[in-house]
Amino acid sequence: MEYEEQKQLMIDQLMKKGKTKSKFYFSDLAKILDMKPREAKKVVNKLVEEGILEFWSSGSTSMYGLKGQGKQTAAEHEE
Amino acid sequence: MAKHKTPLLDQLESGPWPSFVSDMKQEAEARAKNVNNVEYQIPVDVVEDLLGVLELSFDDGTTHWKHGGIVGVFGYGGGVIGRYCDQPEKFPGVAHFHTIRVAQPSGKFYKTEFLRQLCDLWDFRGSGLTNMHGSTGDIIWLGTTTPQIEEIFYELTHNLNQDLGGSGSNLRTPADCIGQARCEYACYDTQDLCYQLTLDYQDELHRPAFPYKFKFKFDGCPNGCVASIARADMSFIGTWKDEIRIDQDAVGGYVSGDLKPNAGAHSGRDWGAFNIEKEVINLCPTECMRYENGKLEINNRECTRCMHCINVMPRALRPGVQTGCSILVGAKAPILDGAQMGSLLVPFVEVNKESGYEEVKAVIEAIWDYWMEEGKNRERLGELMKRRGFQSLLEAVGIDPIPQHVSEPRHNPYIFWKEDEVEGGWERDVTEYRKHHQR
Ligand code: HEM
Ligand code: HEM
Ligand code: SF4
Ligand code: SF4
Repeated sequence: MEYEEQKQLMIDQLMKKGKTKSKFYFSDLAKILDMKPREAKKVVNKLVEEGILEFWSSGSTSMYGLKGQGKQTAAEHEE
Repeated sequence: MAKHKTPLLDQLESGPWPSFVSDMKQEAEARAKNVNNVEYQIPVDVVEDLLGVLELSFDDGTTHWKHGGIVGVFGYGGGVIGRYCDQPEKFPGVAHFHTIRVAQPSGKFYKTEFLRQLCDLWDFRGSGLTNMHGSTGDIIWLGTTTPQIEEIFYELTHNLNQDLGGSGSNLRTPADCIGQARCEYACYDTQDLCYQLTLDYQDELHRPAFPYKFKFKFDGCPNGCVASIARADMSFIGTWKDEIRIDQDAVGGYVSGDLKPNAGAHSGRDWGAFNIEKEVINLCPTECMRYENGKLEINNRECTRCMHCINVMPRALRPGVQTGCSILVGAKAPILDGAQMGSLLVPFVEVNKESGYEEVKAVIEAIWDYWMEEGKNRERLGELMKRRGFQSLLEAVGIDPIPQHVSEPRHNPYIFWKEDEVEGGWERDVTEYRKHHQR
């Protein structure tokens, strides 16, 4: 799959799931891309660089969300 | 006059120990006075409000910090930990109170100039409160506001030539002992290995894609000054393959009392004359030492490299010359399932600068592949090892089982044969079998 397709796939999938969730584990993203973690990471890094995705961190765990969708301070268990 | 009354915190200052409450009050006062005319970029009374919110928590028995957030510097998924107060009207100074992790210098070598630069930047753009150092080893800056973060990052990386540390599901800031810079026990150059891997694994440090946190720590010898065996998902502990070097004359020096045991470290009290039988030979955990007719002998095959004899008689005994490190995996602190010490994975590997540490990196990357594919969200390597068994880890990294992987028979892992490793497999001809064996 080309990067542009992967990007669209990611946006579509996260928007769809976005009704109930705004934060996702890296493994969820790798599953959406259907890639091994190391390969998926390259695509995810690019999506962050482009400002499509953004990081969320509790300090101990990191998650990802579509930029602007996440609540600034919500805790992991709050959704 | 303090901004908030803090009777419960004040009580903490009454004990015999130094108190963080006193430290905070001192900083609050220094900020209020501002003798250096710092143009504070965050509220001047941040520390007073911090004392206030802590007193409130002591009083009502609940936390007033919200957990986590989206703050960070662009492109980094770690290093900044968002913290917000849930009583911002009462304590506006700590409405935002984000933590910043800064990579500590290898072996924690500082120049006073660098310490001063760190503190000046933090007084200017943060609360002035630091934690030197956090449990992972990094420099912790406690409390700043969102708009300051990119500014701090810019100054840190451009003027102080230092990077943020790791947080979240990242490789955490690697930590090492002082090693060959100062310590004659060091079996490899901990600082060089720590620094090199930090550079090589920038992506893992700053862009989270692991199931959870991952820590490396580097001890130059089994004395374990950074306690890697208890605190790191992967511990690199210096060791040697050959024999402990013995200087028999110096052994005699300890026996006669000319040399002080433990380099005089226990001289605060009179322990009586040094007794080599009692203090060394009988304390060797594997009972592999003997002192007869003025000669010390060690059965090196049985020695577990515990360092005890060497620590007691450093002038007489030294680690061998064929040095390298052991790699242990899976240690963690007690969040789920209790604390866990590292398990031995590689008894000995050369720590080879010339090859760019290829041998070590091959093990690391195989472990990451295994954990990233098999690990559940928020599962540490040590927990995955327990869930899937040590054998699955060995298979993933392509290491053959050896007796050192078993700490004692029946206690930890059974290594099972697989069908293709056994001649004839699991199938057998039952009729043929019954010809020779009655039911
Ligand atoms: C190739 C031959 C054998 C194999 C593969 C084998 C395998 C095993 C295994 C896997 C166990 C369970 C160990 C545990 O979970 O603690 C066991 C237990 C035991 N085996 Fe064998 N065994 C073999 C031959 C024998 C023979 C020839 C005897 C005695 C004549 C024997 C006596 C026992 C006894 C008494 C136990 C129970 C030990 C205990 O539970 O504490 N085994 N064996
Ligand atoms: C004077 C003779 C013997 C003494 C004093 C003796 C003593 C012991 C002791 C103290 C244990 C350990 C029990 C435990 O784990 O709590 C044991 C286990 C055992 N003994 Fe003996 N034993 C004797 C003879 C034999 C003989 C003749 C056999 C077999 C032909 C035998 C087979 C076993 C087996 C299979 C176990 C279990 C091993 C295990 O599962 O760890 N013993 N014996
Ligand atoms: S771990 Fe060993 S080599 Fe490192 S500083 Fe401590 S005693 Fe020295
Ligand atoms: S290092 Fe420890 S195990 Fe080895 S000989 Fe000395 S005391 Fe014994």
